[in-house]
Amino acid sequence: MELLLGIDLGPHASFIWAAYGAVVAVIGGLIAWLYIDGRIQQRKLAVLAERGVRRRSARRA
Amino acid sequence: MQTLTQRLANPTRFMELSGSVLPWIAGAAAVVIAYGLYLAFYVAPPDYQQGETARIMYIHVPCAWLAMAVYAMVAMSAFGFLVFRHPLADVSAKTAVPLGAAFTFLALVTGSLWGRPTWGTYWVWDARLTSVLILFFLYLGLMALRSSIEDDSLASKLTAILALVGIVMLPIIKFSVDFGNTLHQPASVLRVGGPTIDTAMLTPLLVMALGFTLMFVAMHFKAMRNEILRRRVRALQLAQVEKAQASQLAAAE
Amino acid sequence: MSAFLALLKRDLMLSVRQGGALGTALGFYMLVVTLLPLGLGQDLNLLSRIAPGILWIALLLAALLSLGRVFSSDHEDGTLDVLATGRMPLEMVVGAKALAHWISTGIPLALTAPVLGLMLNLDIAVYPLLMATMLVGTPAVSFIGAVGAALTLRSYRGGLLIALLVLPLYVPTLIFGMAAVNGLLGVSGTSAAMLILAALSLTSVVLCPFAAAAALRVQMQ
Repeated sequence: MELLLGIDLGPHASFIWAAYGAVVAVIGGLIAWLYIDGRIQQRKLAVLAERGVRRRSARRA
Repeated sequence: MQTLTQRLANPTRFMELSGSVLPWIAGAAAVVIAYGLYLAFYVAPPDYQQGETARIMYIHVPCAWLAMAVYAMVAMSAFGFLVFRHPLADVSAKTAVPLGAAFTFLALVTGSLWGRPTWGTYWVWDARLTSVLILFFLYLGLMALRSSIEDDSLASKLTAILALVGIVMLPIIKFSVDFGNTLHQPASVLRVGGPTIDTAMLTPLLVMALGFTLMFVAMHFKAMRNEILRRRVRALQLAQVEKAQASQLAAAE
Repeated sequence: MSAFLALLKRDLMLSVRQGGALGTALGFYMLVVTLLPLGLGQDLNLLSRIAPGILWIALLLAALLSLGRVFSSDHEDGTLDVLATGRMPLEMVVGAKALAHWISTGIPLALTAPVLGLMLNLDIAVYPLLMATMLVGTPAVSFIGAVGAALTLRSYRGGLLIALLVLPLYVPTLIFGMAAVNGLLGVSGTSAAMLILAALSLTSVVLCPFAAAAALRVQMQ
């Protein structure tokens, strides 16, 4: 861990890595959730569209 | 002629516009953050007092900045929703709250991981830490209130009222915590602030702050798009149920 | 104004005659104060040092316990709808109810504090100041709490949710209340803290009814 990526972070390297790791974990989790949630909603809309349920604005077009 | 905000406020228009802008913002955020990380680890010098630990600052400060800025944005959206009754303002407020809570949480976690090597303890009841912790509770309150009410439009309005109450109370809470702090803890316990920051450390910090802000904007756009789609799905499902009920009634007659 | 007084009188009579709200709050107050020495140990010096803080926090919790009832019983039997359609502005209705909560819960809790202070070995010289801070600070507790009660009227996790929403908003009241008490224990700034506490109470008396009435209106449409 001490010389990861060629950087020497001194005696408290574990704290620095933990802080950056926490940020990566939480934000990465959020981004993954946003992506998956978007896919789920799009799939639901596609299923509804297949059944012929459409929004009024889309039907008019 | 519509104003820009009016045009943006149309959900369909918002979907088109945010869809075309989102990849660019996300890409810009990734580039800026990558550059900021490079500066933070390879260019910025270690702090002469805190050594390498000061590198936590480059993520801690952007998180803390977003924690506060996002709450202000939630309150503005709530105000817009209550005054103009526009659903998009509610979508904005609703989706920003979990993101803001996440950044507040990260500000607390990175702060306490920074505090351990520097101050010798994970947590001190310093004024700034305490007010950020209370900000976190305000975010939790907003999420809890919204999730505890079944009627969505009612939940939106009540949460908006709570967000406005929160933004009025926040400066008072901040003031009180500062006041209590000066009474209880002499400044000898910690040296908040420390030396004025050098440009060699300020530049990476500003780059990271810009990157995190861009990242928040991208995440917020994506979350708003998801929420709009979710509301469309729900509206369509409701319409379908109503249609089925109507045809059942017609068949019964 | 007479309608305001009538409503205040009605709420006070209800709180006395119906369901022993005051008894519950006082009992809870005493129990919290009893449990803390059991948990913290019987060191009298420690207890007397932290007694004002214990009493203030227990007071906040006890007041919180009775907040849920400020609007819910009137909401269930339809009285609130009648009041909302009446001539008195809803802000005044909220004001009367919050004031009734202060008189029926805040004041008795503040007056009980010295008795509990005896059990915590609190210096008798502190009692007048402690009671004064509580009497000055509890209007803020009742009025801010009324906002929480109004917001959670139709949620399914009423009681617990009020605590989550309202306790962070009590932070200024608690800090300035404690600062005023600590002033007597040797630190300067009692009068400043007391004045700010009074300002907090007055501000919440003026502003909170608007927020609470807005929340009630949304739910009765």
